[in-house]
Amino acid sequence: MVNARRFPDLSRTAKPTIGVLALQGSFPLHIASLQRCGVETRRVRKPEDLENIQGLVIPGGESTTMENLASRCGLFDALRAAGRNGLPIFGTCAGAILLGKGTERPERLQVVDIEVRRNAYGRQVDSFNAELFLTPFETSFHGVFIRAPIIEAGSENLDCEILGLHEGHPVLIRNGRILLATFHPELTDDLRVHKLFLEMCELENGNPGEEIREESGAGQARENAF
Amino acid sequence: MNEENNIAVEGENNWEEKVGLAKMLVGGVIMDVTNAEQARIAEQAGAVAVMALERVPSDIRKDGGIARMSPVSKIQEIQECASIPVMAKSRIGHFMEAEILEALSVDFIDESEVLTPADEDAHIDKSPFKAPFVCGARNLGEALRRISEGAALIRTKGEAGTGDIIHAVRHMKLINSQIEELAGLGDWDLASYAEKLNAPRDLVKQVAKNGRLQVPNFAAGGIATPADAAMMMRLGAEAVFVGSGIFKSSPDPEKQSAVARAIVEAVTHFDNPAELVRICQNVDVAMRGEDTAEIPEEKLLQSRGW
Repeated sequence: MVNARRFPDLSRTAKPTIGVLALQGSFPLHIASLQRCGVETRRVRKPEDLENIQGLVIPGGESTTMENLASRCGLFDALRAAGRNGLPIFGTCAGAILLGKGTERPERLQVVDIEVRRNAYGRQVDSFNAELFLTPFETSFHGVFIRAPIIEAGSENLDCEILGLHEGHPVLIRNGRILLATFHPELTDDLRVHKLFLEMCELENGNPGEEIREESGAGQARENAF
Repeated sequence: MNEENNIAVEGENNWEEKVGLAKMLVGGVIMDVTNAEQARIAEQAGAVAVMALERVPSDIRKDGGIARMSPVSKIQEIQECASIPVMAKSRIGHFMEAEILEALSVDFIDESEVLTPADEDAHIDKSPFKAPFVCGARNLGEALRRISEGAALIRTKGEAGTGDIIHAVRHMKLINSQIEELAGLGDWDLASYAEKLNAPRDLVKQVAKNGRLQVPNFAAGGIATPADAAMMMRLGAEAVFVGSGIFKSSPDPEKQSAVARAIVEAVTHFDNPAELVRICQNVDVAMRGEDTAEIPEEKLLQSRGW
């Protein structure tokens, strides 16, 4: 359950702060996307950076590098504890690999009981993009897959909501407060997946989040402009 | 396509995926390796990618002769043991080496001045390839010429194999100051500036509008210590290539590994000198190096390509 001391309720005026694991990878792009959604962001590089955040993004990049750097400073265990204590976490690509479980390198956080197979499509020449039909959205989402992992179908895990498939494999999946994407919404201008995650953060904090709803509206207008 | 972050270059094949991979390497260290054992050390130290080479640049300098693409068997040996992206170098203009590297499923091709150039008139036409290319650049004009040919990543052309960082610093500062200069210019001035840079006008205008290159810009050449790597990051590099700096730091694999780990950490914590003290504490070796001021102009590798 949510630990009220660690993840306090927000005052109505305070903007929620979302942490972004900033050891390596696409963290600058996630920070830009989140800021456009109207939330405050914080770079997470040490265990203490996890305090007083309402959600965390683990970006794309090299999962072995992130695991390595996080382990050296005690952040790996802190991330696992935060995830298991109910902090909402959104992992894209490498982030999804770290949050799940699997037999290959790197060591996983195993915050969710979902197998994520690394480099499952092959090498860079097998990277691709595809129009995805994701259940929360009315129109398609442009998915960019870079040396992407494959989520092994989570049908045995009844808590998993598969929010989108590509060629039979889940590409966006929600398990409680954890959201996994095997593609990179941070590489596009489309903020819908980030907003979906922010909704998850809000609900878990029991916060009406008026401010963020307003900002989302502004974001929508911007999105429509493209 | 995201106008701010992903500026499409007309007619590009797989542009999103190519630049996308470059963006996933941001904040990381790409290490030169010559065999499976070194690739293992690099991956365990936290490298984001390895560059498969027959010899590291300092040995190429020492040995002389013609430097070519690595033997296929060497690249395959490294691909088998590395789970991170594997890059390899082709000679400037040697499109056949590049096609072989692509067929080998190399993740990034470095059209590199470290190898002996194969064509004095043209760099490789990189657009038709599915594999992304990284190219060196000493200034904005050179960077934009490579991008117009289809490069998905730019790096400085610091003097490889010397452990002397001065040229990488010069290239990074020059490109960034040229980008800043563009910001204040109107259309006519931009056109003259494009002529001066000898770069495509539309690409120059995009850079002026966005205040940045169309692709990430990494540091490479002469980076030997954690402090060197952190300095390049502070100057605006988005990631760092380290060549001879790791495996020429010491004959002892334990010490090589300590240098590799420290450089990886220094790139993450580049803006925190107190952390850098802790990071550098386990490092007591560095490659000997060579003062580039003592190298005659015609022997500089960075003058290859244009």
